[in-house]
Amino acid sequence: MGSFQSLPDDHQYRTLSQKTGFSLEQIAILHNRFKQLSQNEETLRRDDLKTIQDLESNPIRSQIIEAFFDSRNFQKEGVGSVEEIGFEEFLTVMSYFRAPPQHITEEQREEMRRAKLRFLFNMHDTDNDGTITLEEYRHVVEELLSRSGALGRETAKGIADAAMLEVASISVGPMAPDEFYEGITFEHFLKILNGVEIETRMHIRFLNMDATVLCK
Amino acid sequence: VLIVYSLTSKEDVLFRCTVRQRYISPDTGTGHGGSHGNKDPGYAKNGNGTTYSKKPFPVLSFDYEHVRLPFEISLWVLLASLMKLGFHLIPRVSSIVPESCLLIVVGLLVGGLIKLVGEDPPVLESKIFFFYLLPPIILDAGYFMPIRQFTENLGTILMFAVVGTLWNSFFVGGLLYGVCQLEGHKLAYVDLLSCLLFGSIISAVDPVAVLAVFEEIHINELLHILVFGESLLNDAVTVVLYHLFEEYSSVGLITVTDVFLGIVCFLVVSLGGIVVGAIYGILAAFTSRFTSHTRVIEPLFVFVYSYMAYLSAEVFHLSGIMALIACGAVMRPYVEANISHKSHTTIKYFLKMWSSVSDTLIFIFLGVSTVAGPHQWNWTFVVATLIFCLVARVLGVVGLTFVINKFRIVKLTSKDQFIIAYGGLRGAIAFSLVYLLNPEHFPMRNMFLTAIITVIFFTVFVQGMTIRPLVDLLAVKKKQETKRSINEEIHTQFLDHLLTGIEDICGHYGHHHWKDKLNRFNKKYVKKCLIAGERSKEPQLIAFYHKMEMKQAIELVESGGGSKLPSALPSTVSMQNIQPKKPSQDRALPQLSKAREEEIRKILRTNLQRTRQRLRSYNRHTLIADPYEDGWNEMLIKRKKMKELEKKMNNYLTVPAPPPDSPTIARARLASDPQAWGLKSVTESIPTIKVDLASPQSPESVNVVDEFSKKGSQPKEEEGGLTMKVPSPAKQRKDKTPDEEPQQRLMRCLSDPGPAAEEEDEDEPFLP
Repeated sequence: MGSFQSLPDDHQYRTLSQKTGFSLEQIAILHNRFKQLSQNEETLRRDDLKTIQDLESNPIRSQIIEAFFDSRNFQKEGVGSVEEIGFEEFLTVMSYFRAPPQHITEEQREEMRRAKLRFLFNMHDTDNDGTITLEEYRHVVEELLSRSGALGRETAKGIADAAMLEVASISVGPMAPDEFYEGITFEHFLKILNGVEIETRMHIRFLNMDATVLCK
Repeated sequence: VLIVYSLTSKEDVLFRCTVRQRYISPDTGTGHGGSHGNKDPGYAKNGNGTTYSKKPFPVLSFDYEHVRLPFEISLWVLLASLMKLGFHLIPRVSSIVPESCLLIVVGLLVGGLIKLVGEDPPVLESKIFFFYLLPPIILDAGYFMPIRQFTENLGTILMFAVVGTLWNSFFVGGLLYGVCQLEGHKLAYVDLLSCLLFGSIISAVDPVAVLAVFEEIHINELLHILVFGESLLNDAVTVVLYHLFEEYSSVGLITVTDVFLGIVCFLVVSLGGIVVGAIYGILAAFTSRFTSHTRVIEPLFVFVYSYMAYLSAEVFHLSGIMALIACGAVMRPYVEANISHKSHTTIKYFLKMWSSVSDTLIFIFLGVSTVAGPHQWNWTFVVATLIFCLVARVLGVVGLTFVINKFRIVKLTSKDQFIIAYGGLRGAIAFSLVYLLNPEHFPMRNMFLTAIITVIFFTVFVQGMTIRPLVDLLAVKKKQETKRSINEEIHTQFLDHLLTGIEDICGHYGHHHWKDKLNRFNKKYVKKCLIAGERSKEPQLIAFYHKMEMKQAIELVESGGGSKLPSALPSTVSMQNIQPKKPSQDRALPQLSKAREEEIRKILRTNLQRTRQRLRSYNRHTLIADPYEDGWNEMLIKRKKMKELEKKMNNYLTVPAPPPDSPTIARARLASDPQAWGLKSVTESIPTIKVDLASPQSPESVNVVDEFSKKGSQPKEEEGGLTMKVPSPAKQRKDKTPDEEPQQRLMRCLSDPGPAAEEEDEDEPFLP
């Protein structure tokens, strides 16, 4: 979608700026980065992201990369994952990590919060059924502990179970023994992360990014 | 009659002559350091004393001077603690007036009393304050400092601490000098450098006072860490300015080189202090790695290393407070991974105890010193000081916030600014620093002292008392009391990794990138050195989970319940609710409607309660003598129970039923069942009833066979409990109706769905 000519068009930048909320300089910087990652092609593939060295040691690397290729995050009505993305999608995903602007109303703040939490939720809900099941949650915890070797596996299961129980008891309250808790829905997800100020924590300082200080 | 004795500390008093000398205590105060100088030269025991005459052997004698020093110290500590105790027994007062105010008032009273008696009230001697009273408070603060918030707000805190304090000092000092010059005759001798020195002393926000007041008002963590962090970090600035001005005040001149050297000195003092603290922290962590065999002295290492860090920093005139904070913060993660749980509790409680006592003593002594100290009241000076301090603080905070907000994501609102400005309390550190001034170099020392005391009183009383209603009035966000949940922990870690990953994708070496690098370095090298054994590899999430489980297990034990299994689970939801449903095995059981099931369960429960009361009185004697029972019934019961238990156990363990054993063997098998929770068998004659709590984690606990269907009282699901069934032979005994009752009841109690359903019934076993 939206492949660009090699010379960035000012008009296109402006539309992007309006859509994602970045400033023009930030878009230019990110475009440079995009071109560097995609080796000057129009689209980015998973392998391009996998070449980033610093990303190697990140335990949730594959999930991060997947998030870039997940149509749910493109703010269009798509589902499923794609093989390659253009600059517009790249920018859209990046826009989830913007800081909230200085003067913002309560509803806008709430909206931003929901959008960011939705992004997180999509990262966990891999089969796109609208809930994070126990299996998916276990997978998340296992990935987080994946660097710890063998001792992680059983404890990961225990931790995920405990966490799930906590969500269930917070969201649903006392349950009779034969009721079944399907999984964490988005509303429950919002509830358990109520204490964490997502809109301020989930941001990258795009302000003083220098295009020359790029990692390989 | 005077008694004199030799006071060499090591030798015992062997002899007493009959001369007593009254001591004139030096005005450095009774009961404080240095009083060992009160020794008098030892008198010869026998010999050239012409006053010596033989007395009968003294059976009882009064010898106060012997123990004077420790006695008086203990008295003060006791007084402080009793005061603290007293305040909390009077609820209304303690909710209006902060503790520090009350303590100062007590100090004033005590000082007044002492003065009335005619003695010299002791003054808060600086050496004692800095060496004995201050370190516990700072260590307590440093050891339990929330590192995450501190580092996130470090830039802001440093701005307030360094730039804010500098601004305050120069503003107050400069304006005071102007006022002194304007005033004319009385104050003209106060020169610029002295004023600047005074300004630098008084502008430092005091950690003791801040802690004392802020702890009671429970504001949100951001504000707390901002004000508190500022009060800790401004120590370096204060030390440098103090020494700078003190050095040169006699000369009366400061050149540019001196200023430059001052800046260098500041860097050395602060960074040096941190380095010294970090070194001692690492040493402590390393030592704790080997303490697994001597758990008892583990807390001692923590305390002694920290104290040494403080003293070592003081040797070089570095910032002792920063050394102490660095030491505590550095050693904590490693030490806590190494030491036992009891040591951890010990450290926590000792630190809290010491800091609490220190805190109390400091405020009491402030009150006493006010009564004691030489005062020189000068209306202009004091009032000017007060006004300038307040104005400087407000202007400083507002100006700095304006600059800081440009760089912050979470902006500081004007409410926050007000609290920060209002929370800038002065305290005992300022007082002690003025007290240290040499009266020869600083003839206006007493005036300074008076002014400082006034400012301290004002901030502690007025600001301390009004901050609580103001916080409520302004609806400042309070501290959230929620415990950290495991979900938050998981998602916070996830978020950290996510942000690091995004930063890497952007090519931006940001905040998260370096933090991640530091964490990895920590995990790879540092933890291996400093943490003993397996725990060095334990990732944070697992450590957190274990800690949480431990905490809940301890809570469970403390709350006296043995009825619930200790687990990290809230009890409203159990594992069955979230386990994916297995396809149900075919069971020949009637499916009961929920309402009916509830009804049945209620019946069972009520019967169980009644049965319980009956059963409680059963013991080996009464059972036999019980008019309802006779030997034959007993035997039947016994046999039935054995059969049931076998059957239940078979189902539970999913093994084929063994041939019916003699009751002894069956009992033995049950006794060795690790899941059995209940009584050991009392005698041969009493049937052993064991209540098995099938673990909620085992979805394999199969439901029992269809004997239940006859009674129609089968609870459908495996709620994890005793699913003993009612044996069919019960039906055969219908003819023995009067006897049937207790047996039926016994049966019924056995078929109760299990302890998970009712909580309070289950904390006693069925049979005594």
